[in-house]
Amino acid sequence: VTVLPFSVNAAADDVIATFTGGADMGDAGIDLTAPEIAENGNTVPVEVSAPGASAILLVATGNPTPGVAQFNFGPLAGSQSASTRIRLAGTQDVVAIAKLADGSFAKASSTVKVTIGGCGG
Amino acid sequence: MASGVKPRVKVPKKAAAGDVITIKSLISHKMESGQRKDKEGNLIPRSIINRFTVEFNGQSVLDMTMEPAISTNPYVQFEATVPEAGDFVFTWYDDDGSVYDTTKSVAIG
Repeated sequence: VTVLPFSVNAAADDVIATFTGGADMGDAGIDLTAPEIAENGNTVPVEVSAPGASAILLVATGNPTPGVAQFNFGPLAGSQSASTRIRLAGTQDVVAIAKLADGSFAKASSTVKVTIGGCGG
Repeated sequence: MASGVKPRVKVPKKAAAGDVITIKSLISHKMESGQRKDKEGNLIPRSIINRFTVEFNGQSVLDMTMEPAISTNPYVQFEATVPEAGDFVFTWYDDDGSVYDTTKSVAIG
């Protein structure tokens, strides 16, 4: 799969801007756990955690469609954390953004090296 | 309707009131991303589960939006507070309009 990194990053920025409304993002209050190296991009385990957050957005900046998932936590959430498995088209930055309790946004990112892409191309 | 869809959820049968429990959920689904091509080079149309919700006695625990970047057989692990005895309702929404759900009861004690 051939993709232009520039346009892909612009799409990721769009997804993030839709979530934050263009607000500034801090870097405290959110944790993103992802492997440094993923042998198989078809199923990469990731975990996000942001105590007190109402929502967490997960973005794969190098995927053809950068949006991955959005977690909205309800009143009975035991913690504002979740883990799942995602597809990565290639080596790239995975970004998590949390909407914190005070309405501000926090961002964490992690570079994942992918040996076999999960794009099926 | 996608074939062979089967939800599986792991919830403790018992908890103390106010406990935080860990829930693991998985649904077998091919999660066709809409990016792949078949042998003839035609794009295989997207067919994924786009939303997953969890409620306990009608109150929201988690409402998750899924995109094609979620892996085949979507797996989600999270935590929930159990204030009283009751039922967890897990619901998955498919692109094709199908809705799959399953219920798990939790007792206090």
